[in-house]
Amino acid sequence: MNFIETMKHTFHTVADHILNQLTDGEDATLNLYAEESLFVRFNNNKVRQNTDVEQRSLSLVLQKAGKTATVVFNLTGDSQEDRHRADEWLSLARKEVEELPLDPFQVPIQNNGTSDFTVKGSLLSPEDVIQAITEPAQGADLAGLYTAGPIISATRNSKGQSHWFATENFFMDYSLYNGQKAVKGVYAGTEWNQDDFAVNLAQSKNQLALMDRPKKVIAPGSYRAYLAPAAVAEMAMMFSWGALSYNNYKQGGSALQKLADGDTTLSPHLSLRENFSLGLTHRFNSLGELSAEQIDLIKNGQLVTFLINSRSAKEYGIAGNGAESSEGPRSLEIMPGTLRKENILRELGTGLYLSNLHYLNWSDRLNARITGMTRYACFWVENGEIVAPIADLRFDESLYDCLGANLLAVTDFQEVEPQVSTYESRVLGGSRLPGFLIKDFKFTL
Amino acid sequence: MLDLHKTLNSLKDQAEWVGLRRVKETTTYRTFRDEKPDRNSISSDDGLMIEVLCNGHFGYAGTSDLTSSGVQRAFKKALLMAKTASPFAAASFTTEHRPPQQGRFESPALQSLDTLSVREVSDILCEATKAMNLSHKMISRSATAMIIDTEFTSVSSSGADIFQKFSIVNTDLSGTAMESGETQTRSENGGLARCFQIGAEVFNRNEILDRSRKIAEEALELLTAENCPDETMDLLLAPDQMNLQVHESVGHPLEYDRILGDERNFAGWSFVEPKDFGQLRYGSPLMTITFDPTIPESVASYAFDDSGCKATKEFLIKDGILLRGLGGLESQSRLNLPGVANFRSSSWNRAPIDRMANINLEPGSSRLEDMIASVDRGVFMMSNKSWSIDDYRNKFQFGCEYAKLIENGKITKTLKNPNYRGTTIKFWNNLKAVSQNRETFGTPYCGKGEPSQVIRVGHTTPYCLFQNIEVFGA
Repeated sequence: MNFIETMKHTFHTVADHILNQLTDGEDATLNLYAEESLFVRFNNNKVRQNTDVEQRSLSLVLQKAGKTATVVFNLTGDSQEDRHRADEWLSLARKEVEELPLDPFQVPIQNNGTSDFTVKGSLLSPEDVIQAITEPAQGADLAGLYTAGPIISATRNSKGQSHWFATENFFMDYSLYNGQKAVKGVYAGTEWNQDDFAVNLAQSKNQLALMDRPKKVIAPGSYRAYLAPAAVAEMAMMFSWGALSYNNYKQGGSALQKLADGDTTLSPHLSLRENFSLGLTHRFNSLGELSAEQIDLIKNGQLVTFLINSRSAKEYGIAGNGAESSEGPRSLEIMPGTLRKENILRELGTGLYLSNLHYLNWSDRLNARITGMTRYACFWVENGEIVAPIADLRFDESLYDCLGANLLAVTDFQEVEPQVSTYESRVLGGSRLPGFLIKDFKFTL
Repeated sequence: MLDLHKTLNSLKDQAEWVGLRRVKETTTYRTFRDEKPDRNSISSDDGLMIEVLCNGHFGYAGTSDLTSSGVQRAFKKALLMAKTASPFAAASFTTEHRPPQQGRFESPALQSLDTLSVREVSDILCEATKAMNLSHKMISRSATAMIIDTEFTSVSSSGADIFQKFSIVNTDLSGTAMESGETQTRSENGGLARCFQIGAEVFNRNEILDRSRKIAEEALELLTAENCPDETMDLLLAPDQMNLQVHESVGHPLEYDRILGDERNFAGWSFVEPKDFGQLRYGSPLMTITFDPTIPESVASYAFDDSGCKATKEFLIKDGILLRGLGGLESQSRLNLPGVANFRSSSWNRAPIDRMANINLEPGSSRLEDMIASVDRGVFMMSNKSWSIDDYRNKFQFGCEYAKLIENGKITKTLKNPNYRGTTIKFWNNLKAVSQNRETFGTPYCGKGEPSQVIRVGHTTPYCLFQNIEVFGA
């Protein structure tokens, strides 16, 4: 059996073992995360480090008499050993439940249905990966990370719910350098195609050639700016940082508080939605609830809904919408507009073409103001012509301005930005985003 | 039960060198909000990283399957990693990069964390949120404790045998006040900056309740405070903001793997170049920075890094001059520069890389009250809440929760939404006074690396006064 098949057998064996032991008054939800991953880190088109990781963890949420305890432990993949571990952790969860106070916002466990979905990928063998990447990149100063392998997310509970999602995917997240000038590239999917990777790399090399002019130092000030989809992706990540969380809104931590309260609006050009039909991740959350396939979040500049987890829904007495506990988008789509690719430079006129942004943070959350840096292929444009790459600039700008009255146009095309986070484990998801043309974008340093 | 020594004996003849590193970590997370439980979880992570040296390259394989078949499978994968990559390796290494050190380390703790029951911790956190309930304007009151017990055990075929046990507690108290569309949050030293190697003594009920009330008072005070002015002036930073200032503008740029370009595709490169060591005036003569793994309560004190290198205090910047960077044995040989014992991984599932540990600013000779008295017009900022810096670690902008205006040598009023920005070298050369007394903070969430890892770092810092800094408000 391969990793996915082994884990499916193990998960159901351990889940049956735990759920069959529950006594009257006890309910439980089990969430599995597992991955078998190959990581190869490159510097200067050579291998700096390569690591294989097998990891499997199971979280057990036990409810009894209005109390909730959560324990998380590793599985080995060996059913006998894992049943033994499950006994120990169930025992600890029962002890916790006895000692913890009542949980007034506990979401009662219920059967949210069943699903079973596995995507079989076509990945490079570990023996072939390095040559497949370094050969077409020969002569280039390439730095980056190749990651590949199966990822599994699954949930079961004592009411009969059962969801299973497994996929075999990869990404090559890289940069090419010419001294301190650099461009960014990502090639991702479930089926590696050597020709497609070579094309992706060739496009990045062409973009790097455009950087082969002296950098222009731009003075701080307000400029017309085009943000390419990868730059918009950095900005869109701020919507995951509490902005669209209903609980955060109620606790005074949402950057969209003024929008929600009707004190201000965003541009009618701006529409955001959660869209699981992108196929980047599964629809079920850790409670096993299925989100709607699509949820409008902001439509034509007006807030339609926050993301609302069932726990928040219970606390505030409203309906939830299948959000995860973090209440951030899992498969965000920003809707396209009318600006055509061939017209971007002409419509930009004189200003800044920004391919990527870096290290964004709220500088004034109440006013949705963010600060961050330009990064990679960013250019000064005059009269619709690229003049020179720029020395990086710091911006400090409110979303209510740049995505409000100053949002001039949205491109008629979108690009998929896959999730490439690998903190502790690989992450499913991503986003599909257009580019933005903005006036008076404020640069401060 | 996995026996590392027996396992090593069964594997060691199958490669040039074999290292085994087991990490067992249990994290108990307890949060109360508005006197109600919000999150209670106990997470255990237990796994093994196998390292194999083959033709000058270290291959890594980590697994949570600690059965004998799981370990055998991981060993074969580590061997495959080393063999397939060695012809393409960025550098060549030997067993000298894994010294055969032997020893133990254990966090200092006056009172074992096992002496506290679930109910006792819960009660203290619940009471803390209650103590913040000074007004109906307090719309959110939370108290968090993250209790971490970690054991690192490593053995190698060349004789390393190291056991390190860490007892860590992170706490945070946070209160948000709202009135007439204004929202202000005050926390305890900024997020989870209270991050220590400590025991149950950290849960001192009376101290926690006093601090909770102060947090709520200051959140309420900020509702009616003036905005921080937009002006170039003196800036006095408290240790809970210096924690972040040192971390972002000194720690990261001095990491050798950034200087070598390993990190370019993720967190970024560095403005520091190899030729700068021994030459660059990083800051004013008042600036002395150390790598110091010997501060007992600081969260990144340890005896050995993951390569087995013994950790000792080293001067990175002395009297403003850059002397040494943050790099373990691998980076030291790639750069031919001296470094420190900082080749660290977040856990069993990641390969070690060059990390910060405890990066500290040494004390100066000034008294805080004299520093305040010396300021004609300036702002005194406390507790970080916003941070951003470029990928070369030059242009930064940081924000704090709370500030005081200083006029004619006296603190005159409270300011809300304080921020400042600058560039690293110019900023540190504007350092004009450093206090005698220091405080220790840290963060459990320093992110870096591909694949990415978060690691705990500590910073012991004095109060610092800088001149001609661009400060601004909302």
